[in-house]
Amino acid sequence: MHELGIMTSVLDAVESAATDAGATRVIAVNLKIGEMTEAIEDALVFAFEALRDLPEYGLCKDAQLVIEMVRPKSECLECGNCYEHDRFDMLCPKCGSFATKLIAGRELEIDSMEVDLPD
Amino acid sequence: MQIDLKQPILEKNDRIASELRERFAQNHVYVVDLLASPGSGKTSTILATIDALRDEFNIAIIEGDIASSVDAERIKAQGIAAVQINTGGACHLESDMVKRAIDVLDLERLDLIIIENVGNLVCPTDFDLGENVKVMILSVPEGDDKPLKYPGVFQVAQAIILNKVDTLPVFDFDVEAFTSSVKRLNPQVPIFHVAATRGEGVEEWAEWLAERIRQA
Repeated sequence: MHELGIMTSVLDAVESAATDAGATRVIAVNLKIGEMTEAIEDALVFAFEALRDLPEYGLCKDAQLVIEMVRPKSECLECGNCYEHDRFDMLCPKCGSFATKLIAGRELEIDSMEVDLPD
Repeated sequence: MQIDLKQPILEKNDRIASELRERFAQNHVYVVDLLASPGSGKTSTILATIDALRDEFNIAIIEGDIASSVDAERIKAQGIAAVQINTGGACHLESDMVKRAIDVLDLERLDLIIIENVGNLVCPTDFDLGENVKVMILSVPEGDDKPLKYPGVFQVAQAIILNKVDTLPVFDFDVEAFTSSVKRLNPQVPIFHVAATRGEGVEEWAEWLAERIRQA
């Protein structure tokens, strides 16, 4: 979809947090991306590799991108069952209920970063 | 050393959206973000909805398009306030665009704002605009397999309008298969069968919306 825009936000946030922390370089950026979102892993990696070479992301220029894709998970509001599912089928597999609530799978989150700090 | 950030990637968009949501609530304005493909009948559905609700509510429309103001002109011709946002190529609206658009609207006087998002079944799904509900339109000629191809939008929608149902006899559209794939993705979503240009089925959809506007 708009992975370039997403990655710009990620690198802006990471570069600024790394600067605030006094880091000398960023080693890795860890993201959590829900499978129910429209963000595609390959396109995120491509955008990251293209953007990290820009001069404004000096601390990130050798950083690795680590993406944890989060499987969709729902809770059945009738029988209380919690279950993982794919992007297409959210019905409760235990009781067949339609009354379900998505509790994971829509994440677009910067989880953490790995940095080098001066000794 | 690992540093936890735990922050949403779309933090700026989400923050502005929350501010907007608060402003809308303070002014008791109900806001719909309308998602659909190009040509599915978004503007026609909006016009039919205006017809059904204008006696009871003050309505304004925000039109998101890549270019042109033809949609806003169609709305204004009905005597309804319309603001055009041209995204200049961007495939979806973001909350700061909506923020600029509502500066020219008198929120205090309004009951309902419908934001017609850019025609696209993918990108607008992940962007919060401060709306109360995301509603999507699928039109019969697009085919009954769309929930299988664009699951994201069918999952985030809180109501779905199946438009152009008057063309069912000439298209190979399996309503039962469509309904069943939608329900698997979004078990509780209501599906309204509408032929917007003929006014068919608009009443039921308008009543669903009216109930929510009255509570805003």
